[in-house]
Amino acid sequence: MDIEEHFFRHEFGRIVATLTRLFGVRNLALAEDVTQDAFCRAMETWKLRGLPKNPSAWLMAVAKNRALDILRRERTARVSEPALTRFLESEWTLVPTVEEAFSVYAVKDSQLRMMFSCCHPDLSEEAQIALILHILCGFSVKEIAQAFVSSHAAVEKRITRAKKILAESTQLFDLADTDFPSRLSSVLQALYLLFNEGYHGSSPEAAVRMELCQEAMLLMNLIIEQPALVTPQSYALAALMYLNAARLPTRLDGSGNLVSFFEQDRSLWNHTLVAEGQALLDLSAAGTELTKYHIEAAIASMHISAARVEDTDWQQIVSLYDMLMAIHPSPVIALNRAIAIAQLDGPERGLQEIRLIHDLHRLSSYPFYPATLGELELRRGNYPVAKAHFSTALSLARNPMERNFLQRRIDTCKES
Amino acid sequence: MTEFVYLYRGYEPPASPEEMQKKTAKWMTWLKELSDKGHVKSLGDPLQPGGKVVKGKKKQVIDGPYAEAKDVVGGYSIIVAKDIEQAVGFSLGCPIFEDGGSVEVRPIGQPTLGDGY
Repeated sequence: MDIEEHFFRHEFGRIVATLTRLFGVRNLALAEDVTQDAFCRAMETWKLRGLPKNPSAWLMAVAKNRALDILRRERTARVSEPALTRFLESEWTLVPTVEEAFSVYAVKDSQLRMMFSCCHPDLSEEAQIALILHILCGFSVKEIAQAFVSSHAAVEKRITRAKKILAESTQLFDLADTDFPSRLSSVLQALYLLFNEGYHGSSPEAAVRMELCQEAMLLMNLIIEQPALVTPQSYALAALMYLNAARLPTRLDGSGNLVSFFEQDRSLWNHTLVAEGQALLDLSAAGTELTKYHIEAAIASMHISAARVEDTDWQQIVSLYDMLMAIHPSPVIALNRAIAIAQLDGPERGLQEIRLIHDLHRLSSYPFYPATLGELELRRGNYPVAKAHFSTALSLARNPMERNFLQRRIDTCKES
Repeated sequence: MTEFVYLYRGYEPPASPEEMQKKTAKWMTWLKELSDKGHVKSLGDPLQPGGKVVKGKKKQVIDGPYAEAKDVVGGYSIIVAKDIEQAVGFSLGCPIFEDGGSVEVRPIGQPTLGDGY
């Protein structure tokens, strides 16, 4: 029997969250040690004896027994969550309380509490994401550094500092807290950024990027599974993730090269994800608040519903971008809006819109800014100008996939 | 055919859950291949790191074994092979070498003595 992909990583996150719920967030390090220990035992045993019938239950049992040992030995508030101390101090209630914490429902609840705790307002968005990946998704510092193309030392420092802030909280975030709505917004923003890093990110490793999208979706699923926690904006973000993930397989061709949006093989889009995404988008259409997630999901949905690029309703997409610019202006969104306008009214109009972008300088190191100029000039037949733009883009490229892609665009200019 | 014990000594535990999973899968694949060919008598068991050592005429009980990490036996398996060369050959695919560990290959018992003793 094979081990399910990323099984260890995912179980790691579940167990750390569960143990932190028992030991209290200030004992996060203890929870991590106990989890690490359970995994070492699992590995030592499984590598020789093969997998047990239920690997997840096996790991949970080892962690649970270790937790009981520690709680019995200490018998003090030092190693327990304040709200649980009373129950963990008495032998009468110790075992049932620990059993309860390891139940399917409670494990998910602990993961959610941990997710909300990681999005602490004192932490930067980068730190929140690093913490989520490290604690809930079981990524090592090295793996996070790879995914975000940062140095090991920088990520380690960020995580150590973030854990310190987290451990200063008296308990894991209470989902019934009055701060819930504002904290939910931070959580959604973190998951949105995590997903985008996977989708558009700068990491050279295609596999890593796919994993970040998958992790964001798994965590998103935890939220939308809980009726009490779901808001229209959560559904909208989930819809956005599903609809974009459906197109993920066609962003790269068989040899791992980036494929231009206009040349993607639409028959390869994942139709199951499309259907789920559309259903989520329908669910998001409630309430009065229109968020950026709603609009971005609607744009993704417009693209998906066109069987061929030529069938795209660019008019509608331009108006969606107008709405997005109204509530969440950014130069990248303005650039995408200009691309949609170019599709609708021709490359000259697109270029004109780009010149009007308010804070264009913020795109100065973004390779797809000159690449877009190149694309539009190419369509106008200005090959030397197009080539110059693509060369600028090439000098800004962040990974081999982008470099190959832009080199091929330069070659197209030369051939034309 | 002779039985051999593989004593797995010393290794570095992988740094991340993902690496642990990959390592576990490698071990499982290696042992399964040997096992499918009928060369595994017992997959064996891991040995916990701590323990006691009882030694000397005074039967002194001490904590241990506190050998260096690279020398500690972390587990064993029992292999069937036609001779020591073949048993050594089978061990070459063991993933432990990637982590700086070693496999000690030892014949079990003395089959030449026969049933007479």
